[in-house]
Amino acid sequence: MVTLGHYLIVSGMLFTIGFAGVLLRRNIIIIFMSLELMLNAANLSLVAFSRFRVGADGMPNYNAQVFVFFIITVAAAEVAVGLAIIVALYRARQTTHVEDISTLKF
Amino acid sequence: MSPFLFYFFAFLMLVFGAAVVINRNPIASALSLVICFMGLSALFMSLDAFFIGIIQVLVYAGAVMVLFLFIIMLLDLRAENLRKINYVAVAGGVAVAVAFFIQICFVVGQLGAAKQPFPPLTSAKTDDVHNIGLLLFTNYNLPFQIIGVLVLVATIGVVVLSKRELR
Repeated sequence: MVTLGHYLIVSGMLFTIGFAGVLLRRNIIIIFMSLELMLNAANLSLVAFSRFRVGADGMPNYNAQVFVFFIITVAAAEVAVGLAIIVALYRARQTTHVEDISTLKF
Repeated sequence: MSPFLFYFFAFLMLVFGAAVVINRNPIASALSLVICFMGLSALFMSLDAFFIGIIQVLVYAGAVMVLFLFIIMLLDLRAENLRKINYVAVAGGVAVAVAFFIQICFVVGQLGAAKQPFPPLTSAKTDDVHNIGLLLFTNYNLPFQIIGVLVLVATIGVVVLSKRELR
């Protein structure tokens, strides 16, 4: 029997993988992909809660799915802007390694 | 959704998600991310969210990953030459992530609803595209239009950022 908890744990695992990627990797593109993993983990738990909360009409709660729709749209826009910034950074510095970009480091 | 399919797709998603982080070659990471999103889309469909599952494949596996691969090609990145790995930092990062996951497990364990199975859908048909569209254009009309402006701003921003001369 698959319960809500199974989906929440899987979502937590995916978020943890993304979190570890952001902490461990030094390539800025991989860090960006890990950010996408974390966003999608949040989406998975939202959809699980949406399916769990069945309304009086016998349908899932669609408010959460509209929210997921917004998250996917914003994430797509964020990816486009982020990759443009990475390209501009690469043109200025010829690197995608975060340890080489330390001007703002305290 | 049979438990076997749930475990299969969850395992597929997590293995390829881990491969994104572990691979040293950015192209292998990007392709692993595609498989990971396919598994995630299957999990969405197992939760009767067919529309979300479809746009997950269309937007992420289609548009976003093509963008990632295009940028990797444009920057001509190869597998990183092995730099000296800072083992203290790696151990610290893994420890923080594991502590975070233990916290999540603790919270889910405390949640009483987590042990209940999903209630059955009593509606005859699940026309979720219709229902999401209805919500988008009634309750969430203002956020929807704000998102439209946001996408326009992102488009203009990307064009400005990509211009040859950045001033």
